[in-house]
Amino acid sequence: MATGHFIEGIAGGRLSVEQYADNFSDLHPPLDHHEALVEADRCYFCYDAPCMNACPTSIDIPMFIRQIATGNPLGSAKTIFDQNILGGMCARVCPTETLCEEVCVREVAEGKPVQIGRLQRYATDVAMDENKQFYKRSEPTGKTVAVVGAGPSGLAAAHRLARHGHDVTILEARPKAGGLNEYGIAAYKSVDDFAQAEVDYVTSIGGIDIQNGKALGRDFQLSDLIRNYDAVFLGMGLGGVNALRAEGEDADGVANAVEFIAELRQASDLSSLPVGRRVVVIGGGMTAIDAAVQSKLLGAEEVTICYRRGQEHMNASGFEQDLAAANGVTIRHWLQPKRVIAENGKVSAIELEYTAIDGDKLAGTGERLTLAADQVFKAIGQSFTPAALNGSVASIELEGGRIKVDAEGRTSLAKVWAGGDCIFGGDDLTVSAVAQGRDAAESIHRALTSNGRA
Amino acid sequence: MADIRNTFVGIKSPNPFWLASAPPTDKAYNVERAFKAGWGGVVWKTLGEEGPPVVNVNGPRYGAIWGADRRLLGLNNIELITDRDLQTNLREMKQVKMNWPDRALVASIMVPCEEESWKAILPLVEETGADGIELNFGCPHGMSERGMGSAVGQVPEYIEMVVRWCKQYTRMPVITKLTPNITDIRKPARAARAGGTDAVSLINTINSITGVDLDSFAPQPTIDGKGSHGGYCGPAVKPIAMNMVAEIARDPETHGLPISGIGGITTWRDAAEFMALGAGNVQVCTAAMTYGFKIVQEMIAGLENWMDEKGHASLSDIIGRATPNVTDWQYLNLNYVAKAHIDQDACIKCGRCHIACEDTSHQAITSMVDGLRHFEVIEAECVGCNLCVNVCPVEGCITMEPLAAGSVDQRTGKPVSPIYANWTTHPNNPMAKVAAE
Repeated sequence: MATGHFIEGIAGGRLSVEQYADNFSDLHPPLDHHEALVEADRCYFCYDAPCMNACPTSIDIPMFIRQIATGNPLGSAKTIFDQNILGGMCARVCPTETLCEEVCVREVAEGKPVQIGRLQRYATDVAMDENKQFYKRSEPTGKTVAVVGAGPSGLAAAHRLARHGHDVTILEARPKAGGLNEYGIAAYKSVDDFAQAEVDYVTSIGGIDIQNGKALGRDFQLSDLIRNYDAVFLGMGLGGVNALRAEGEDADGVANAVEFIAELRQASDLSSLPVGRRVVVIGGGMTAIDAAVQSKLLGAEEVTICYRRGQEHMNASGFEQDLAAANGVTIRHWLQPKRVIAENGKVSAIELEYTAIDGDKLAGTGERLTLAADQVFKAIGQSFTPAALNGSVASIELEGGRIKVDAEGRTSLAKVWAGGDCIFGGDDLTVSAVAQGRDAAESIHRALTSNGRA
Repeated sequence: MADIRNTFVGIKSPNPFWLASAPPTDKAYNVERAFKAGWGGVVWKTLGEEGPPVVNVNGPRYGAIWGADRRLLGLNNIELITDRDLQTNLREMKQVKMNWPDRALVASIMVPCEEESWKAILPLVEETGADGIELNFGCPHGMSERGMGSAVGQVPEYIEMVVRWCKQYTRMPVITKLTPNITDIRKPARAARAGGTDAVSLINTINSITGVDLDSFAPQPTIDGKGSHGGYCGPAVKPIAMNMVAEIARDPETHGLPISGIGGITTWRDAAEFMALGAGNVQVCTAAMTYGFKIVQEMIAGLENWMDEKGHASLSDIIGRATPNVTDWQYLNLNYVAKAHIDQDACIKCGRCHIACEDTSHQAITSMVDGLRHFEVIEAECVGCNLCVNVCPVEGCITMEPLAAGSVDQRTGKPVSPIYANWTTHPNNPMAKVAAE
């Protein structure tokens, strides 16, 4: 009987216990003390540093690195947290290769940027390991703010609001706080239950009450919040998953990549998590990479990412693509799904069509290709589900299918702000969600206190 | 192939690289290893007078400062002269000299400032076959509290007196080792020459505290909660040492006096620089203590390659070549004008030149041009100070370009004069020497 990689169909237990542990260990192990000093010393402390300008939360990167170099990691952590209270997670999941590290002058000069992400992790780890709290709540203002969603934007908003003395209630649909940090990130990027540790670290400032299992539209309405709170922040992310629009996609074995990723993160025993022998992932973003690499690490024999455009169009960063390749994932371009082929109701293959740019439009060429597959993951993007907002109030204005906000995060409804993936114009990055939550909180604070004065 | 054989006050060695009197030269075992590695000579660790041996602290004897990746930049020590029995040292020196007749072996000596003490030890040293002696007037810690080492080196009259005794009681060449812990290095050098010394060697170590433990509030190195100043050496002291070597080399009163250069020499290039400033050979300690004796092989090969490349046949072609170019500030050409120039292809846009100039100097470098991050010298503001060159992390990116005579200096609006003119004749100088009408 076939074992391991070679078990047909979707099955668990493909690897030894040790292999699972090894495969899902820290992708970037933390820098030790001396490594951090050496790396910190590479920073040139640039004037008007490009890295700082590339960071959506505008962390003073040269300063925090200098603080590491001078033996002041706690000061460094504070520099980070001043701008980004979720600096610990961002250090792990930010695509630094397309943000701060891409514009590092050493990247420009020698193709070897200062490892800003790993240095940020070093400093924030020091502070969080000793639970060093840098912020105290201001005198209570008596104002209450409801935050919908305990993801990066909601947590960032809640922390900033609590700092200013407001009382915050976070309503979270899922059983745990953290949002995509908890449910949506590859396991090897956030080991040792870091997302929960970070939620605890952030909320220990006090004044933040997280209520789990409370979904907007199901358990409460936006109108309730507007009535019962002084302000509302919407940070519920994206609820929907885009469809393949391929024939037969409801066959057994076709699943959403985000759900697979969430299930994997919540699994207490990875060997019990089933994965196909031959996995095809449809998509070209970070989610596609996370699902594909983790399928491979769970013991799938063959994993192929199919993306309908070229390599240069992929949303996944070059680093992520290399990571996939290094883990034995095949990335194929210019292929779009047409038909899921099933046997006895279970996926056995997927039929794809080659694509090409025709004028300024992407079109199928007519030529088809069939790949054997016993599992197909859809990773072609998530969408905002506005239905939940349709409560008893005037509907909120949308733009491009997501919530429309102004520069401060104000929606078209009075008393309602929004941030994170659910707003229009976001870039679906943790770090951007943090910036939006933080800035909306400042805007709320100004609104509640007549320009910041309680 | 360049000939790097060295003759210093008549002492021959196959190359100009000697190990300085210090822990690496305390025993036959170490010195044998050094000679095997290729060192041209050693100055044996300082001998004291006969009697109960010197004692050392049994806690830390060294402190240090580091650069990036713990690169050792400066070392400090509070070890005293040899703590081994005099007879043991003499016996070993004799044996080593017999084993290595082509290498230089010089004895460093420190005994009380009394004629009898010197008169007693010199024949014992001479009997070993040592090529010469070095008078340790430099060590700044411990022995100086007992009236020896730098306590002698700080009083020119004592230097002259002891050198005179030594010249009187031994036929061996006398090298007088100077302390830098004085105000004007020329004074002890002149005294040594007046006493008849054959050469001076410098610098010995500099009084220093390398750090303070901020938990115990104790200076480092810390011995049971207390610290004492130690002698500082290593790459960090090289500029100080080179200046002192040059001062002695160009002083009319000591001009021509052989100098053994010491102070932070780590590479062939350091050695070549000391020799260009007037050192007849060099002595090394910290570099060997950091990396081991093998470094001499890099020094030998590097010096030879450089000399071959430049067409210098022997050491005499390079020794003292830079000395005439060391002058007083008042003689520098005030009509020489240079401007910084940034090579835009090499620039990595870190902006350090800009912020250094903007915050601390002359506001002569842009940060933004036409809305783009761009660093460029504003010649009308540039005084040619060279700060941007020094803070730029890219070698060769910013250079100082002299303005050709006749071209206009945009800062002053005046043409650059082709004529050399210095402060001594400058109109702003109240003491200017005005040419007679």
